[in-house]
Amino acid sequence: MRHLMSPLDFSTEELDKLFDLANDIEQNPSKYAHICDGKKLATCFYEPSTRTRLSFESAMLNLGGSVIGFSDAGSSSAAKGESVSDTIRVISCFADICAMRHPKEGAPMVAAEKSNIPVINAGDGGHQHPTQTLTDLLTIRSLKGRLDNFTIGLCGDLKFGRTVHSLIGALERYDNIHFIFISPNELRVPDYITDTLTEKGISFEECIRLEDVMGRLDLLYMTRVQKERFFNEEDYVRLKDFYILDKPKMALAKEDMLVLHPLPRVNEISVEVDDDPRAAYFKQVQYGVYVRMALILTLLELV
Amino acid sequence: MLNVGKIEEGFVLDHIEAGKSLEIYHLLQLDKLDCTVAIIKNARSDKQGRKDILKVECDIDMLNLDVLGFIDHKITVNVIKDGEIVDKLNLKLPAEIKNVVKCKNPRCITSIEQELPHIFVLADKEKEIYRCKYCEEKYNRK
Repeated sequence: MRHLMSPLDFSTEELDKLFDLANDIEQNPSKYAHICDGKKLATCFYEPSTRTRLSFESAMLNLGGSVIGFSDAGSSSAAKGESVSDTIRVISCFADICAMRHPKEGAPMVAAEKSNIPVINAGDGGHQHPTQTLTDLLTIRSLKGRLDNFTIGLCGDLKFGRTVHSLIGALERYDNIHFIFISPNELRVPDYITDTLTEKGISFEECIRLEDVMGRLDLLYMTRVQKERFFNEEDYVRLKDFYILDKPKMALAKEDMLVLHPLPRVNEISVEVDDDPRAAYFKQVQYGVYVRMALILTLLELV
Repeated sequence: MLNVGKIEEGFVLDHIEAGKSLEIYHLLQLDKLDCTVAIIKNARSDKQGRKDILKVECDIDMLNLDVLGFIDHKITVNVIKDGEIVDKLNLKLPAEIKNVVKCKNPRCITSIEQELPHIFVLADKEKEIYRCKYCEEKYNRK
């Protein structure tokens, strides 16, 4: 029995199989509409996350299965002091697979150790959110046709953003990826990541202004710059507009560049960009459902 | 010059980094053992300048050498029987250590679930980096 704790749990070959399956689901949804008949997914969400939870639930319903669960710790036995280990033992009696989100880092791993059913980490604090990374990879592979040989710009909060760290870790395994980290000095990508890239001989550069590199990007991964990350208001005001993606900035980009964003977006991508064919962030949400369907089928060994 | 006598059976932990002997005393839980322990601080050393030495008179099965390997695998461990050195042990970095040090990450699941063991896994042998099994927080040796 396998679980998913980190995007690196799967080899690149296993990811290729998973993404092939996700693409087949996309092309032939009816073929998979009843494959999980009689199976139940438990969504154990100890903190609210409407988007991820609904994506998992939608994935299971699309496969013909059903869904049980809770959407915040207050409505679960955790409020009575039950441990994650005990909760998963109980859930194992009710469901066939579990997706768990928990504010504490490592909680899904504790669950996996005690579980009789596959456990998917649906986000554990600032640690991992593997299905977001799988979503990002599937989106890139589906729309670009490959996961190697491109220049990717990661823009915004590169210091605290776990989706960015996770995506860098996953893309490192593919050939000829050039990373461009676009952020204010206050939110630069952590040294341990750039040190690792240097050690592995993976090329990267860092810059502050998005406009300076826009024309060289094959992919742009946007994240939100949060005001509370800055030490003073002045720096925030000075830098925030660098990271609002709008039509003038898009005019500098290649015709086939893709814009990704893990969402929710606040104001870092102007709504005027939404109709641009290069804006892929809503397609990304749809790919999130396909990849979760493929993941459920793979972990339940139904394919 | 201070002289500490020989022990009949037990361990002499030599070449401990100067000033670290008390930390090792506690991590090996020697305070809980009913045995004779000599803590020698700042002894002269040709190799290190200054070093600490711990002499522990106990049954040789009583020490957890995995813990010692984690703390400092460069320490020399002399095994003593009948007053003589019968073995010199090479310490290795253990692949995993359990309940020796605690994860200090306040966001780690071990911070709220008291019954969970605190496990650190050797993540990088070259750089001697250990990470919490659950949250992957790096253990800071200093």
